[in-house]
Amino acid sequence: MKILVYIQQDDGKLNSVSLEALKGAQEIAAQTGGTVSAICFNSDVTTQLAGYDLTEVLLAEDDKLNTFNPLFYLKAMEDIAKAESPDIIVFGHSYEARDWAPRLSVRLDIPLISDCIGFKKEDELTFIRSIYQGKLNSDSVVKNGAFIVSFQSGAFRVDGIQSGSAEVRNVTVDLSEVNDSISPEEKFQEAEQAVDLTQAEVIVSVGRGIGKEENLEMVRELSKILGAEIAASRPVVDAGWLESSRQVGSSGQTVSPKLYLALGISGAIQHVVGMKGSKHIVVINKDSNAPLFEIADYGVVGDIFEIVPQLTEKLQNA
Amino acid sequence: MKICVLIKQVPDKDSSLNISDDHLTLVENNITWVSNESDNYALEEALLLKEKHGGEVIACTLGKDSARQVLKDALAKGADRGIFISDSSFDNLDVLSLGKIIASSLEKENFDIIMSGLQSDDQGNSQLGLILAELLNMSHATLGMGTEVVDDSTIKVKKELEGGWFQWTKLSLPASISIQSGINSPRYATLKGIMMVKKKTVDEVTSGDVAADALESNVTINKIYVPDKTKETQFIEGSPDEISEKLVELFRNDIKVLN
Ligand SMILES: Cc1cc2nc3c(=O)[nH]c(=O)nc-3n(C[C@H](O)[C@H](O)[C@H](O)COP(=O)(O)OP(=O)(O)OC[C@H]3O[C@@H](n4cnc5c(N)ncnc54)[C@H](O)[C@@H]3O)c2cc1C
Ligand SMILES: Nc1ncnc2c1ncn2[C@@H]1O[C@H](COP(=O)(O)O)[C@@H](O)[C@H]1O
Repeated sequence: MKILVYIQQDDGKLNSVSLEALKGAQEIAAQTGGTVSAICFNSDVTTQLAGYDLTEVLLAEDDKLNTFNPLFYLKAMEDIAKAESPDIIVFGHSYEARDWAPRLSVRLDIPLISDCIGFKKEDELTFIRSIYQGKLNSDSVVKNGAFIVSFQSGAFRVDGIQSGSAEVRNVTVDLSEVNDSISPEEKFQEAEQAVDLTQAEVIVSVGRGIGKEENLEMVRELSKILGAEIAASRPVVDAGWLESSRQVGSSGQTVSPKLYLALGISGAIQHVVGMKGSKHIVVINKDSNAPLFEIADYGVVGDIFEIVPQLTEKLQNA
Repeated sequence: MKICVLIKQVPDKDSSLNISDDHLTLVENNITWVSNESDNYALEEALLLKEKHGGEVIACTLGKDSARQVLKDALAKGADRGIFISDSSFDNLDVLSLGKIIASSLEKENFDIIMSGLQSDDQGNSQLGLILAELLNMSHATLGMGTEVVDDSTIKVKKELEGGWFQWTKLSLPASISIQSGINSPRYATLKGIMMVKKKTVDEVTSGDVAADALESNVTINKIYVPDKTKETQFIEGSPDEISEKLVELFRNDIKVLN
């Protein structure tokens, strides 16, 4: 089993999700007797990569690969996959990977099992995906031939990465024929974040379970008495009920308050990555199977419209 | 501008999901079916582009018979016609095969733009838009949070990146664009729109119309199951009154956030 891990670099640094994926590749290799090599498009990261337990580090350098452009990255990987014939190509499921790995799957005509949360080696090598927004899991197996797999953020712990010393080998790719039908411009952030949730001690966070904008009043009262900042999951911001700087998650802020009180939030991974570092997580949700209970320290299975007003009243009298 | 919008029918987020005895499918009778969330935003974006620049919006779905409803909803909101791709031999195919089937169904239409949601709320592959881009030789962008037509052959898409960053990217048409939720405010169907649905056409595609090799999927799902609970969550029980009382104590004595 020859495993090739694509290592994304962000401004000269190793991307953490692809580093976790590298750990995943090492674990797959350990259980299947395979070998792991890494491939990167930037020499800034090769020294660090060479310090891990890898067969080799492949480096493809070209001016056209300095910043991300899916069509150039695709052609480079296509050339490399054809020359190296890996059995598995591993990605971290980053936003960048979303923007080219599926096209690579078509280009090489091999499947991509995307956004996996882990794997197991039973009779067959089985990949675990989280489906229905975290409510269920599925076990996938590739029938035959090479394939691509991408792993979700948090699927493996980087601190377990095996170190070693790997040789760096330069590989050549031919990008001369790639068309320029996709031209990315500079990255930017919207105007200053209006709210900084990262320093908040207490956060009361609302999800779609709040139902409608008027119901936010009840949450405002609770957070006032708790001295808390209000935060939200994405649908509440999408609906325009709260400003976007109050969104917690992969496309919002990452918070770590002493108390994160989640009201009517189901616990999709994109929300969880933004709040799992909170010291105490208290979840109120009417669905006892809501995935967010899985990371809660304290859980209440119940209706926020029954509990929140009572809680506010009790805190007022406390 | 000729725009295709891909819409998948998925269980409503509040449906209870019970797994059948085969450990592969869901018990369907307590599921409410709806259009995938990000696809609603994709449809709205397509309708806005049409209103501004003229053209045609065609809604397309691949699914079981019940999935006709997502096309009806899209037609009621203003799509001009529908493409319904359905056949029992399409069940249990992996996303690459589904992409090949959809691509061969759409190829002759020569769309300027294919809009899709950034991911399906059931399978969550986050792949189909790009699979189509490659198969139909289009440019692409993912996680669109804004669009701006530059001229007849160019569109700009504002892509969402991680942690609050964005990036405009210029695409030569034809382009496949996946849309992130929140890009716009999806409209509701009007009564007049609903009345119009009967007058609009829906083309049907079955397995005989698509390339045979698409029907061979290389990924098997062995089972679906409820994830194991690994964390010991302490559950607080009782009447709302008792629960609130216990929460106050918890906040005061254990978490220590009350002064
Ligand atoms: C690329 C990408 C980026 C994303 N970025 C983010 C992000 O940054 N942040 C984010 O939050 N999401 C993000 N999402 C969206 C994410 O996948 C989920 O769709 C979203 O987090 C769901 O929000 P929710 O839990 O509020 O809604 P739902 O999943 O609809 O859950 C609502 C919950 O409320 C409960 N509920 C309903 N009524 C009541 C009641 N009366 N009392 C108690 N409980 C009730 C229900 O049981 C349910 O569990 C992103 C998605 C993608 C694909
Ligand atoms: N069966 C389908 N019918 C129509 N559109 C689909 C189908 N499956 C996926 N899509 C589209 O592709 C997007 C991404 O889906 P996925 O790759 O499954 O996450 C969805 O948001 C839809 O717009």
